[in-house]
Amino acid sequence: MNRIELQAIADKEIERQQELKCRVLCCASTACLSSGGQEVRKALQDELKAAGLTKDVQVVATGCKGLCSRGPVVEVTGPAQERVLYANVTAEAAQQIVRQHLVGGQPVNDYRLDADSPFFTKQVRVVLSNSGIVDPERIEDYIARQGYAALGHALREMTPEEVCLAIRRSGLRGRGGAGYATGLKWDLVRKADGRDKYVIANGDEGDPGAYMDRTLMESDPHRVLEGMALAGYAVGAEQGFLYVRGEYPLAVKRLERAIKAAERQGVLGSRIFDSNFNFRVDIRIGAGAFVCGEETALMSSIMGRRGEPRPRPPYPAQSGLWNSPTLINNVETFGNIAPIILNGPEWYAAMGTEKSKGTKIFALTGNVNNTGLIEVPMGITLREIVFEIGGGIPDGRTFKAAQTGGPSGGCIPAEYLDTPVDYESLTALGSMMGSGGLIVMDDQTSMVDVAKFYMEFCMDESCGKCVPCRVGTAQMHRLLSRLIAGEASAADLATLEELCRMVKALSLCGLGQSAPNPILSTLKYFRAEYEARLKSGAAHGAPSQEAA
Amino acid sequence: MSVNAPPRPKPETEHPSGDPRFKLIDRTLKRLQHRQDSLIEVLHTAQEAFGYLDDDVLIYAAQQLKLPLSWVYGVATFYHFFSLKPGGEHTCIVCLGTACYVKKSGEILAALEKEFGIKPGQTTADKKLSLAQARCVGSCGLAPVVVIDGGVHGREMANETVARVRAALAHVAAPAAGEPAA
Repeated sequence: MNRIELQAIADKEIERQQELKCRVLCCASTACLSSGGQEVRKALQDELKAAGLTKDVQVVATGCKGLCSRGPVVEVTGPAQERVLYANVTAEAAQQIVRQHLVGGQPVNDYRLDADSPFFTKQVRVVLSNSGIVDPERIEDYIARQGYAALGHALREMTPEEVCLAIRRSGLRGRGGAGYATGLKWDLVRKADGRDKYVIANGDEGDPGAYMDRTLMESDPHRVLEGMALAGYAVGAEQGFLYVRGEYPLAVKRLERAIKAAERQGVLGSRIFDSNFNFRVDIRIGAGAFVCGEETALMSSIMGRRGEPRPRPPYPAQSGLWNSPTLINNVETFGNIAPIILNGPEWYAAMGTEKSKGTKIFALTGNVNNTGLIEVPMGITLREIVFEIGGGIPDGRTFKAAQTGGPSGGCIPAEYLDTPVDYESLTALGSMMGSGGLIVMDDQTSMVDVAKFYMEFCMDESCGKCVPCRVGTAQMHRLLSRLIAGEASAADLATLEELCRMVKALSLCGLGQSAPNPILSTLKYFRAEYEARLKSGAAHGAPSQEAA
Repeated sequence: MSVNAPPRPKPETEHPSGDPRFKLIDRTLKRLQHRQDSLIEVLHTAQEAFGYLDDDVLIYAAQQLKLPLSWVYGVATFYHFFSLKPGGEHTCIVCLGTACYVKKSGEILAALEKEFGIKPGQTTADKKLSLAQARCVGSCGLAPVVVIDGGVHGREMANETVARVRAALAHVAAPAAGEPAA
């Protein structure tokens, strides 16, 4: 494979798509499939066959379009065709779409989705630019949209230093939550001594309420692979591992196919683009342990051991897998790499705020009208996300808090809705960016119950290696249970706060260090709810879901 | 952290029971060249073949990889995905991730517990149904979510889920996923 051959594949695919009268893109991600997406696709195909249109119209199974709450979502698009989106499509609606729209030329307004609604216009899709458009199981479709062009360009025109420098200048920061500068990390691994080096993509998305990585891996697997290969070239690694949660079988299947296809085309494997660069990717399937999202625990798991973290330093950049220098980044971080190389770091750095560049994917869920997956520029306000993109709170309820960062993050109350979303602002509010879960809670939600929910999660998922986390989370959970049962005294509340500070300061890894955050942030903004639950306290504030 | 297992006699090439499912494990072992760091992959294969990991399987994995049995047991019990007990014929997993929790999936779980008389992690006495809870199945846009025998069902209501599980137990096709609630 060389760059001319790559271009030839792209041209052929574009020509094939131009010859079609139109293409019907059906979302085939987990969410839409479980809403009946499979039946819709079959109904479309059957009806097209009956209408004799199979030559002119192609039905494509694509990745996620984002609006999961209104699935299955179908898009009709073509060279001489207005782009039309349909939502909540059923098998009967699919037949109607074929008869009325594809044959008759009249869109079916009953199921039509307004493509100019804020849900779509407020988004900026960089990482998800192919998601919902390409067929994740056909590498040609990805190549036709400039896929692997960044890798071809870097291998021919750039040195590994230049690739690291481009990532540094783009201002990209780790999308796993902590926000470490990606380019700096790459440079550290590049400069580290070691015969073997490794690249790991962290797809162990354990935060409840987050599914950005799942969607990216299911919708555009080649984007992740290309990012990993570029990283391999930049740091001098020939082996990559993709660590995927065991709960994501569809992502595993699509990644396996993508790796095979990429090796067949010569964009992964030996002598990529006729250069001296070799890069292989192996998938490792997680076995269900939240702590494995922590980098040292994840590496233990890749080596077949119990996923327990170890103290840092040494950082993985010096001593990681099998004691070799290892680069570990989140799947979404890798999704940003190819566009940065193709469009240049300046283009990327022009998006976002001063310290947080580019875009971020959020899984917008909970008590909000439009639940789904969104990609927005850094610096957008929470209000825009919840009330414009999300369409507000359903059932006439009011907004109470937004939870970001999962069990490591916190709850942000209504008075901070105009805060720009970036790493520093969220941390200053006692929450964090996290991997991208954004759960909206309405006025019926009890914040004490939410805090207990997260503490139960952390207690169960604590690996047990260090005492502050193993014992501290259990004690905090016990105190919260007493509080909810109405048996806690003011002294118990003081103990709870002291325990929070202790566990935060003394735990070995990020799990324990951030486990008290949900309690601390709800105490900060909703202290009255805690005090209302004290032994003699009158029951005002939100009712407990558990007591009901 | 390296494992220095005492030298063992060369493992037998075939499991003495002659159970063909051990051949599946052998295939994975061969593909991964009996490397000790492939233990989790081997356990994944074993669990897929047997449905759970009994003592025999753990001993076999330990012997084949020349790892101490305590090491294999330690890994098998660390991860939620591996089960040392056989499950029921059907499984129902209720997601208790944050998005599902906010949308009251706890009520679904409570209804199932009441209906079938088992707690999460347990199996009914007739070995027909296992009930489990998940931390997040990553379908948060459809919350609350249950997974019955591998099929994901979103926007569930407690009575709907109970009916679905009843239908699965009776071997009657459950209503198709995503069908609007009546």
